Amino acid sequence: MLRIAAALLMAVSPGAFAAGEPEFSLVIEKNRFTPDRIEVPAGQKVKLNIDNRDASAEEFESVEMKVEKVIPPRSKATIWVGPLKAGEYPFIGEFHEKTAFGILVAK
Amino acid sequence: MFGTALIVFREVLEAALIVGIVGAATRDITGRSRYIVGGIVAGIVGAIAVAAGAGVLAQLAEGMGQELFNAAVLGIAVVMLAWHNIWMSVHGRELSANAKKVGGEIRSGAKTMSVLLVVIAAAVLREGSETVLFLYGVALSGEHSAATMALGGALGLAGGALVGYLLFHGLLRIPIRHFFTATSVLVLLLAAGMASQAARFLIQANVLPSLASPLWDTSAVISNASLAGRVLQGLVGYDAQPAGMQLAFYLTVLLVIWAGMAWARRRSGNST
Repeated sequence: MLRIAAALLMAVSPGAFAAGEPEFSLVIEKNRFTPDRIEVPAGQKVKLNIDNRDASAEEFESVEMKVEKVIPPRSKATIWVGPLKAGEYPFIGEFHEKTAFGILVAK
Repeated sequence: MFGTALIVFREVLEAALIVGIVGAATRDITGRSRYIVGGIVAGIVGAIAVAAGAGVLAQLAEGMGQELFNAAVLGIAVVMLAWHNIWMSVHGRELSANAKKVGGEIRSGAKTMSVLLVVIAAAVLREGSETVLFLYGVALSGEHSAATMALGGALGLAGGALVGYLLFHGLLRIPIRHFFTATSVLVLLLAAGMASQAARFLIQANVLPSLASPLWDTSAVISNASLAGRVLQGLVGYDAQPAGMQLAFYLTVLLVIWAGMAWARRRSGNST
């Protein structure tokens, strides 16, 4: 019984499908993304690690990638994306859209 | 200032649409404004608490706390809307037929209102916490004076509230014999749309697979980034590039609530 419960818990815990997906890092500083262009493999889930070094929160948003996530000030966040078809996917920092934007290229 | 107003408007819009629909759907229930205002106030208090705890929330569940929290809040709202619609499928007609006479009806009206209070509070909480974090960031940056920021925020809020109010008034113009059907269809689609959004957060948290994403792409026709796209998303769960899992959630909720309404109506038909 306990074992079943544990198995169920494992099944719904975040990263249940994690099996060495490729990871990419982005830094937010002075309301800008670095790098502002990243290439990721198409057709599989990828993990974006975003480090917000600013004193203000940012909302990482991409309508095309179907993600939105608030990243509190001076903190790191993980966002799972995809699997994406090959193509270009713009993203923005919604709270500072004039400066915070970039593009993710799935190949 | 207009940048601030625009972002606040976007965040407020979805909650305003929900308040508009709930306000219209409950027009024959006495004392409903108290519950609606109560829901908004509870949502704002919750939003400030969530914004203050955003750092903690973000670290929970291996960094997926925010996604799971959003999915849970949406899930609660879906259940509440389902309950309301099933309840209304039995009592809605009586309510509009001999409006607010019987004491018992008023009491059961209070029951569905407290359920809808939760729906409103959930919507305000979700959108509001992002607004609070955004405004806090603007205040910290020191680029704008407090007055400019307050004005921008107020403009955005007023814009969102106006859209909700227009929806509310538009709905009230529906002739009474179609009114009940129209609002229950709206509530049904609202709940299904929320379920689809919850699925999206669960996919983002990597708890669920996306199952063929996107299933189709109508972003060239109406993009979710456009105002029309946002309104449609808030109302009926429109998604230009839905994942298969989102559609599965959407259809399941639609079917379950519809079946619940049919069941409740049949049961009440037998007992009277």
